[in-house]
Amino acid sequence: MVSHYNPPSAIRHPQSIMPPFLFWVFALLMLIFGVAVVINRNPVASALSLVVSFLGLAALFMSLDAYFIGIIQVLVYAGAVMVLFLFIIMLLDLRAEERRRVNWLTLSGGIAVALALLIQIFYVIGHLRSAGQTFPSLARSRFDDVRSVGLLLFENYNLPFQIIGVLVLVATIGVVLLSKREPR
Amino acid sequence: MVTLGDYLIVSGILFAIGFAGVMLRRNLIIILMSLELMLNAANLSLVAFSRFHVQSSGLPDYNIQVFVFFIITVAAAEVAVGLAIIVALYRARQTTDVNDIKSLRF
Repeated sequence: MVSHYNPPSAIRHPQSIMPPFLFWVFALLMLIFGVAVVINRNPVASALSLVVSFLGLAALFMSLDAYFIGIIQVLVYAGAVMVLFLFIIMLLDLRAEERRRVNWLTLSGGIAVALALLIQIFYVIGHLRSAGQTFPSLARSRFDDVRSVGLLLFENYNLPFQIIGVLVLVATIGVVLLSKREPR
Repeated sequence: MVTLGDYLIVSGILFAIGFAGVMLRRNLIIILMSLELMLNAANLSLVAFSRFHVQSSGLPDYNIQVFVFFIITVAAAEVAVGLAIIVALYRARQTTDVNDIKSLRF
């Protein structure tokens, strides 16, 4: 990829644009609001927690120098998808769930399965050889990742791109068909 | 310094949170939100691998970012279809609770 930038040599490319402190701040923000999505009883509160969680995730993407993906994350998830969720919640007029009697067996069973999954993930990451390595530095401190992704998208992945377009069209038609009232 | 393992662990915890949401919650809309959490956890680890696998040109591996772009597109379409199914179900049954949806026929 040809870069039109001539980065000033005085600026050495940092390991990552974000200091480790900010990484942990955004990771904790994302995880805490992710938990809030699951434990909130009110669906509107869950949806708003999901927005904050996705914003934290977008910040993490940007800390990995994936600015395009981060922007897309904010636009598509925090913008479009969450509006859709809130719209449906308000259309269905869902109230906060009434506090039902907690079935401790199912609750502990679900948490146990999730914990088992978590332990397996930790085990796999712990045995990954490159897990302890830091990220290698980039050749340039400034680069245009939109251009690189776009070139790849239209050159190497042109057919999948067209297929994704057809998929979105099919989804649109399917949604309209699904939400049409059946004539009685 | 933040390592690749840190990103993978954060991504794994986020995936487990989404999985617990699918297992524990009864509201279909919350289950769909938890599915989104799991998809985004996968995206986070993919982007971390993209940044870790620096090409010979000295840039991140953009093939993976194209893949993440596709995942985000498919997830958006999936949310739209899933919510339309939930609305259709709500019209037929007046509920979004998975405990109330037990029979295979109307």
